[in-house]
Amino acid sequence: MSIEQVIAVNRFGLGAQPSELAAVGGDPRGWLMRQVEGPSPALPPELAGLPSSGEALKAYPRWIASLGKAGVGTMGGAMDGMRTVEGTFREQLGPGMLREVAARLAAAAATALPFRERLVWFWANHFTVSAEKALVFALTGSFEREAIRPHVGGRFADMLLAVARHPAMILYLDNHLSVRAGWRPQGLRASRSTAFPSPTGLNENLAREILELHTLGVNGGYTQADVTELARVITGWAVRPTMFDLDESSPGFVFDPGRHEPGPRRLLGATYGEDGMAQGESVLRHLASHPATAQHVATKLVRHFIADEPPAGAVAAVARAFRDSDGHLPTVYTALLNVPEARRQPLAKLKSPIEYVVSCLRALPGLRAAQPQVLYAILRGMGQRPFFAPSPQGWPDTAQAWSGGDALWKRIEWAGIVASRVGSGVDPLRLAVDGYGAAVGEPTRRALERAESRQQGLALWLASPEFQRR
Amino acid sequence: MTTRRNLLHLMGGGAALAGVPRLVLAAPGDRADERRLVFVFLRGGMDGLSAVPPYGDPQYAVRRGPLAVPAPGAPGGALDLDGQFGLNPNLPEMHRLFAARELAVLHAVASPYRERSHFDAQNLVENGTARPFGRQTGWLNLALAARDPGDRKSSGTGSPGTMGFALGQSVPLVLRGPAQIGSWSPSKLPVPDADLLERLGALYRDDALLGRSFAVAREAQAMMEGRDPGGMDGATQPVVELARAAGEILGKPGGPRVATIDFGGWDTHISQLGEYSQLTRGLRQLDRAIAALRSALGPAWRHTAVLVVTEFGRAVAPNGSGGTDHGTAGAAFVAGGAVRGGRVIADWPGLGLEALHEARDLRPTLDLRAAFKAALAAQLGLGEAAIEAEIFPDSRSIRPLAGLFVQ
Repeated sequence: MSIEQVIAVNRFGLGAQPSELAAVGGDPRGWLMRQVEGPSPALPPELAGLPSSGEALKAYPRWIASLGKAGVGTMGGAMDGMRTVEGTFREQLGPGMLREVAARLAAAAATALPFRERLVWFWANHFTVSAEKALVFALTGSFEREAIRPHVGGRFADMLLAVARHPAMILYLDNHLSVRAGWRPQGLRASRSTAFPSPTGLNENLAREILELHTLGVNGGYTQADVTELARVITGWAVRPTMFDLDESSPGFVFDPGRHEPGPRRLLGATYGEDGMAQGESVLRHLASHPATAQHVATKLVRHFIADEPPAGAVAAVARAFRDSDGHLPTVYTALLNVPEARRQPLAKLKSPIEYVVSCLRALPGLRAAQPQVLYAILRGMGQRPFFAPSPQGWPDTAQAWSGGDALWKRIEWAGIVASRVGSGVDPLRLAVDGYGAAVGEPTRRALERAESRQQGLALWLASPEFQRR
Repeated sequence: MTTRRNLLHLMGGGAALAGVPRLVLAAPGDRADERRLVFVFLRGGMDGLSAVPPYGDPQYAVRRGPLAVPAPGAPGGALDLDGQFGLNPNLPEMHRLFAARELAVLHAVASPYRERSHFDAQNLVENGTARPFGRQTGWLNLALAARDPGDRKSSGTGSPGTMGFALGQSVPLVLRGPAQIGSWSPSKLPVPDADLLERLGALYRDDALLGRSFAVAREAQAMMEGRDPGGMDGATQPVVELARAAGEILGKPGGPRVATIDFGGWDTHISQLGEYSQLTRGLRQLDRAIAALRSALGPAWRHTAVLVVTEFGRAVAPNGSGGTDHGTAGAAFVAGGAVRGGRVIADWPGLGLEALHEARDLRPTLDLRAAFKAALAAQLGLGEAAIEAEIFPDSRSIRPLAGLFVQ
């Protein structure tokens, strides 16, 4: 089995399932590209039946009403007030989070389209929304299903637009609270809560992160004036129902012309005439096709799939494909797979905790019966609680972030637990070669051969330098 | 009314700032060798104008509007510091430290960064150069590396001696680099068996990345063995728990002398006011974390300095959502028994429109690196040459803050 196959399955995929390496055949690039070309496949069965963002938002008024009962916003006292807004929110909507995490891990463990699934993670991380913000808690899963998955094999611009209009992103970066100067809420929109006063003007959070994180990149050449101008452009891009906007009809994204700051806007040297929501769509499409966006996205793809320090030649090739195809993602992926380093250097990336745990689930089907709350707690302990990225920048994507002493120790603890649970039924050396082929080094081979038990051998393999990398 | 001049005088009348280097590298057992340094990074941009309200500046209430913290004595008013500045009422423990002269407050302080990206700003504060991504190592690690390795060996138990320690699952940039760094966070899983660990040690021997991590992980585990896991019932806020662990680790004789605590959640773009706002809860947790650190350090607190900093302050005017957008200068804290506290150190620029940076933000008049440099000299015994040449390059014009620490 060739190194190229090992890379395809472990680095571009999510880690070898039993016999997956052998199944790749003589055309690893073809095996990968077949996963992302053509029409979007059906949702993985594990994700079927989970609530849409619209369904999740229907629960918001109930929660908002519960805030009043809990006395939030009026209660005095000190730290016992840790029964917080977010606490009440998690009580109301928390059980759904565990279902989402369980489904996402199960889908990743079972999928026969692991490259596509990895790309869903990549893009969801590029366009991070995080349940660290209580309002987003019930929407992170539906965000991936509704804004990311349909566009992974499509165009970047379409994904950008879907993301910027998804309730999760609007709420995460506060755009529902960004309104034109002088706007006043009326009727149903009026907030009934003193703790959540109605907005009175711009909030530039989403606009800044669109420029800095989603499109041009921090060195992409925009100014504070561009940030403020984009914030004006997307005033009115909002969500119902929310704390100050209790209209429950058709929950979800709404363009509210009443909140939109009218007038032409000048951004990055171009002028955009007043056109309601279409003004913002036009700006976002221009941002998507900007050369700085191509460079920014290419750098992140190459860092994720090739090396922590992206080789300039690889970035240039991928950025060129992005520009020439106007952000047609399968074309971009093809360029990525054609980079020489993508085929020759195995084990170039250290797995993040989620990648690591999922690769264990894929290698060891017996492990998939593990309780989801256990996996959730394990990942939390490893520092990567699913759906809880620490900031809009998303999870880090370099070994530096995941290789400290505590991070390694948590993996070793986990490897020990896994081995004691399923190790008796597994031949560690066979498992190693089945998944990593020629990339299994001689010292690891020897260690597995000399292990005092199958359990110890499995723990050694799961904690080995090879299996911790992809 | 606060003016530049009367606040300058609070800095010590502009007395000579040439107090560095004061401490030469200490011999083992020397008192200086007991000195500890804790770096608490408030990620997200703490709102300095809420944490340390300059209530004596009449422009404060004007420009901050409903987000202005009232003057001391008013309902919800600030805890007074010096008649000009106050502390947010959610920082009572820190206010007690100030009264005990164990807390100094820096204001109108910023890194050299003048844009408004969190991630570039954090990177720059941590890497120690004046540029985002100017270096892949952190200044606190380089400071540890610059110390004489022989001194490190002699202070410990004969092990190589991990002198820097990150509380949390990952090591922040400020502590990354050539010096060996430990890290620790609570775990609920059983300890792997000893034979497995021996074999893994052999397996990692030729792996530069994992081999080093494994060595420091084992050391950290040994250090924390038998620790009372109290507070792991979920009621304690994680950062308070990490602060307690930091105090325990730093309190050990011959143990690490530097620790970092990462504390996120300060990006308060909405509804900053109220009992349950993100900002209120962040401040309360910070207050509790400092108290927990102090208590866990025990007698070592006397020799400890805690730097509490953030990547930037927030805009002076509220945004349209009852929060604040990204700004420039803000506030920082320096706490500990090794600190000459009870002072607000600020060359206050004022909040009139013409005084603001880009007509929007508090103007920086103090560079964070002035405090960092003073801390390295006082707490780690580093000389000026090392600090200027290696740790904070191209920053000679930024002089260490004189008199910030007990000699």
